[in-house]
Amino acid sequence: MLSKKQLFSRGMLDIAPHMLSVIPFGIICGAIGVDLGFNPYLVYAMSIIIFGGASQIVFLQLLSGGASSLVAVTSVGVINSRHLLYGAVLSEYLEKLSLIKKLLISYVVVDQGFAESNKFFKKNKTEQYLHYHLLGTGITMWVCWQIATLAGIILGSFVPEELGLKFAIPLTFIAIVVQDLKKMDHVIVMLVCGISSLLFFEAPFKSYILISPVIALFVAALLLRLKK
Amino acid sequence: MTWLSITIAGILTYFTRMTMIALVRRDLLGEKIKAVLAYVPSAVFPAIIFPAIFINDYGAYIEMNDPKIFGALVAIIVGYFSKNVIATIFSGLLSYWIIIFVFLS
Repeated sequence: MLSKKQLFSRGMLDIAPHMLSVIPFGIICGAIGVDLGFNPYLVYAMSIIIFGGASQIVFLQLLSGGASSLVAVTSVGVINSRHLLYGAVLSEYLEKLSLIKKLLISYVVVDQGFAESNKFFKKNKTEQYLHYHLLGTGITMWVCWQIATLAGIILGSFVPEELGLKFAIPLTFIAIVVQDLKKMDHVIVMLVCGISSLLFFEAPFKSYILISPVIALFVAALLLRLKK
Repeated sequence: MTWLSITIAGILTYFTRMTMIALVRRDLLGEKIKAVLAYVPSAVFPAIIFPAIFINDYGAYIEMNDPKIFGALVAIIVGYFSKNVIATIFSGLLSYWIIIFVFLS
């Protein structure tokens, strides 16, 4: 049985490599916000209030492009709706927590943290304080995101644009799913999701990010049925 | 106005994170649904990966010889065999940089 502290550190350790892409992305996010002409305090406040990388950029880009606040807010909601799926997966491991703890831990659920903690949970189902791993990944992510966006806001885009560091984001997610390429059913689900996301990319409110997982999960359900 | 929008967007985002964790109880999810949920990472992350590689900043599809495709392939191969996140990200970036700085400059 691992202690709370050990689980927390394990979470920090598991998410640390992803900071290689999260930190440059945070700097870019902060710098873009200021470049678009928004109040620096407002750009930074988003990192606390919304705390969701891509959705923060989309929000500011939409507003500066003349979209209504309604469109901008809806798009953030749609982009972040993928958390519903993460929550459904995590709920199994967090159900013993009190409501107040559930409400607090929810704030730090992010893509990479969900992915790494979920991998850990699957292998260590019997651990008593599993949620400390999720706290470890989530809080590490939160702290790095705050520092990175703040750095981008204050220093501007000191990361040269020619480096194309935005490309580090898909690479982080490739690192997360790459081991599942061993399984044919997962490969099919990934391709269905990826191809759908390209086909529906122009759908309103960035809804491709919700439509493609729904289609992919439907295919997953079909595959499960075929396997039987 | 913008502050109000950010606050609403933040509350919405928080609800997407909290709803399922706070409200779903084990008995609410049957075995079948749990089996499908095991595919969530594979069903969600490609929707972030594919557009980031195949669609450029202006919303157009990239050419098939774009350095990002090469970088992504290198990252997949290195990641598959090394099982290491840093090696995956770094090999992808490095191969991308080699193409854009050495061959295309």
